[in-house]
Amino acid sequence: MVHRQAMPHQDAKERAHNFNEVALGYSSEQAIAEASRCLECKNPVCVDGCPVNIDIPAFISWMKAGDFDRAIDIIKLTNSLPAVCGRVCPQEVQCEELCVLAKKGEPVAIGRLERFCADHERERGVVPPSKVEHTGKKVAVIGAGPAGLTAAADLAKAGHEVTIFESLHETGGVLTYGIPEFRLPKSIVKEEVDYIRQLGVDLKVDYVIGKIKTLDELREDFDAVFLGTGAGLPKFMGIPGENLNGVYSANEFLTRVNLMKAYQFPNYGTPIKKGKKVIVVGGGNVAMDAARSALRLGAEEVSIVYRRSDDELPARREEIDNAKEEGIVFRLLTNPVRILEGENMTVNGVECIRMELGEPDESGRRSPVPKEGSEHVIDADVVIIAIGTSPNPMIFSGSSGLETNSRGTIIVDENGKTSLDNVYAAGDAVTGAATVISAMGAAKVAAASINRMLSN
Amino acid sequence: MSYRIIEKKEIAPIVHLMKVLAPDVARASKAGQFIILRIDETSERIPLTIADFDVREGTVSIIFQEMGKTTKQLAKMSEADELQDFVGPLGTPADVRKLGTVILVGGGVGIAPVYPQVKAYREAGNKVISVIGARNKDLLILEDEMKAASDELHIATDDGSKGHHGFVTDVVKQILDSGEDIARIVVIGPPILMKVAAGMTAPYGVETIVSLNPIMIDGTGMCGGCRVSVGGETKFACVDGPEFDAHKVDFNLLMSRLALYRDEESRCLEDHDHKHDPDHKCTCRGEN
Ligand SMILES: Cc1cc2nc3c(=O)[nH]c(=O)nc-3n(C[C@H](O)[C@H](O)[C@H](O)COP(=O)(O)OP(=O)(O)OC[C@H]3O[C@@H](n4cnc5c(N)ncnc54)[C@H](O)[C@@H]3O)c2cc1C
Ligand SMILES: Cc1cc2nc3c(=O)[nH]c(=O)nc-3n(C[C@H](O)[C@H](O)[C@H](O)COP(=O)(O)OP(=O)(O)OC[C@H]3O[C@@H](n4cnc5c(N)ncnc54)[C@H](O)[C@@H]3O)c2cc1C
Ligand code: SF4
Ligand code: SF4
Ligand code: FES
Repeated sequence: MVHRQAMPHQDAKERAHNFNEVALGYSSEQAIAEASRCLECKNPVCVDGCPVNIDIPAFISWMKAGDFDRAIDIIKLTNSLPAVCGRVCPQEVQCEELCVLAKKGEPVAIGRLERFCADHERERGVVPPSKVEHTGKKVAVIGAGPAGLTAAADLAKAGHEVTIFESLHETGGVLTYGIPEFRLPKSIVKEEVDYIRQLGVDLKVDYVIGKIKTLDELREDFDAVFLGTGAGLPKFMGIPGENLNGVYSANEFLTRVNLMKAYQFPNYGTPIKKGKKVIVVGGGNVAMDAARSALRLGAEEVSIVYRRSDDELPARREEIDNAKEEGIVFRLLTNPVRILEGENMTVNGVECIRMELGEPDESGRRSPVPKEGSEHVIDADVVIIAIGTSPNPMIFSGSSGLETNSRGTIIVDENGKTSLDNVYAAGDAVTGAATVISAMGAAKVAAASINRMLSN
Repeated sequence: MSYRIIEKKEIAPIVHLMKVLAPDVARASKAGQFIILRIDETSERIPLTIADFDVREGTVSIIFQEMGKTTKQLAKMSEADELQDFVGPLGTPADVRKLGTVILVGGGVGIAPVYPQVKAYREAGNKVISVIGARNKDLLILEDEMKAASDELHIATDDGSKGHHGFVTDVVKQILDSGEDIARIVVIGPPILMKVAAGMTAPYGVETIVSLNPIMIDGTGMCGGCRVSVGGETKFACVDGPEFDAHKVDFNLLMSRLALYRDEESRCLEDHDHKHDPDHKCTCRGEN
């Protein structure tokens, strides 16, 4: 039995000091060897684990034959962002978790194969999509993240005239401002967005809906509106010292680094405090990305402070392992209680308390309880808060009748329809912070509903 | 996207007015709001108050002072050049209502953001007393426009070269002491001016509003970099403001956060001068 092909990586010591991509991708030989492990099951359960239902055995079958062009064509039938998904999908809990070979511990590396095909296509030069006949219907898509881009692509393929409105100066949403270059090169995001533009989608950046135009106004000008506005509002902890100089939300830290390219300061104008001792609070993908970015900017020591144990870390295992390899310190079962003030209102350490895991809570996870008397100070000059985000309410100003729940997320039915006629939503704006592929899957459902409605 | 500069002039030493073609922004603009612009691919996003807008022409005017790299680079641009990004209108519009008599105070380049508010308060039926000030008379901007738009205009200069010899706050105090019934005071200017004004008006119990200018990036509530403390609560100035009750603002925090990148800013400016000014002798090389 052939073993799962390992992914070649940039050396940990070296990569801790640069922003180049960590995972290097398979060679053609490795890709074919890995593809040959697939059993091409009659009942391919892996497909059930993919929110956009890529015909996995079919594309892998072409790869076995070395025909990567046909393979990417199959992937692109249902996924317009394969180079992105092949890199950042939590494959281990999606398609690969269900693969029959997973039972033996070595599922087919579906994500890596998908990445290979997408990279192959880019190197070869992407063939522009063929033009479709117009339906004469107009759809507005708000937000150019994975949800908005996916909905726009599907609606454009169906012949509708699609305009995307994006508030930032770049497209991609979290793919551009959040996920760092070393995990997802921005040139790749740009090329995938270009493909969507070639489908005939009109992309307007610098366009904040709720300010420059309201949802109510858009509903007058368009036959349908899709909301893919994400969950971009950062949460803070509410502990003393959180406004001190040197305390960042992960969103701010990552936006400075990724969107504004602060790692190339002063060639790029936006500055950032690099910090000598950096503490990142939280244990998800966002925390890992912030910690690894801080390290690459040149910090001497970067620690993750997380209130539960290693088992509960919500980040992808692969990225936790990468972070550990690079030398990120994990201070688990630890929680900050206060940020200490140095001169000129700057950060001078964080007082933390140790935690114990108590009884399981409603979510089934054992909830952390502080251990009295275990307070201690960790040295730090930069603190990054990565404890989650919620939907940004900007979109709600001038959106009469759009219903949300207590967490601020938009309420939709099983077709992705909101409380307003002709207005649909999907992605983090509906679910709260989740994953790229779940946002894309839900966006496809909503786009199909919009298409049905417009065809009637 | 790109946004054409249609008019540009220096209205006082190192203070420039720029009219930018941005019809959609102009159509939605209200007094008290701001825009964020980016000159080109490598430049910072900087916030500037909407100083005026013309829906028919489709233009938005901004007035800015040369401070660091971005504003200096902006000052070098000319008519027909294009800005890469111009996002807005951002922030909550000023709460302009009919109140009676209001005092509007502009200090330095802060006169620019006060000007549209003067017009708006007057249109809403208020008596508007404007007080503007600068270090000296050459730095006073929009004097004629302010005079035309206000019921009364008072001037103060630090060196006494025009109007009252002293600070704008002295003039406001005189008005308050004269016993005239003042419903509201709006103060826009450098943080130190707003802090002093807040302290001065507090004992009079007159509602005082300031427009805060913390460092921003997105301007849409997404990063939290612009957070300020108002009445002990953390607010995001770009969406909850920029206007707040002056008597509740923690100005010390605002001022310390504004100084956060001082070292980086001077390094960035050196780098800029180094590339654009052949005579510039700098220290920045070798450490990047
Ligand atoms: C640092 C980080 C790392 C992550 N890592 C992973 C990972 O490895 N794997 C994974 O699957 N997921 C990851 N995620 C989560 C994933 O990125 C999100 O779940 C996904 O991007 C959600 O897509 P979306 O389209 O719903 O929203 P977003 O990507 O947030 O896009 C929303 C877009 O809408 C725009 N917008 C918002 N309001 C308005 C408005 N009023 N007008 C106009 N435009 C507006 C925003 O600017 C943004 O561009 C990560 C998230 C972060 C922050
Ligand atoms: C809501 C708002 C409205 C403003 N309106 C005006 C205006 O109408 N006219 C005007 O001249 N200035 C205005 N400012 C200030 C203006 O944004 C800064 O002067 C400008 O960003 C300086 O950039 P720089 O690169 O030239 O200087 P830098 O060398 O980068 O900085 C100079 C000073 O500006 C501040 N600053 C730097 N970057 C930012 C940023 N991204 N956001 C805010 N402040 C920053 C710093 O505290 C620093 O002390 C406003 C600021 C805000 C927040
Ligand atoms: S898109 Fe994601 S879930 Fe679907 S096959 Fe690719 S890696 Fe798996
Ligand atoms: S379940 Fe695994 S082995 Fe079967 S088709 Fe899918 S990837 Fe191939
Ligand atoms: S500037 Fe980012 S939240 Fe205000």
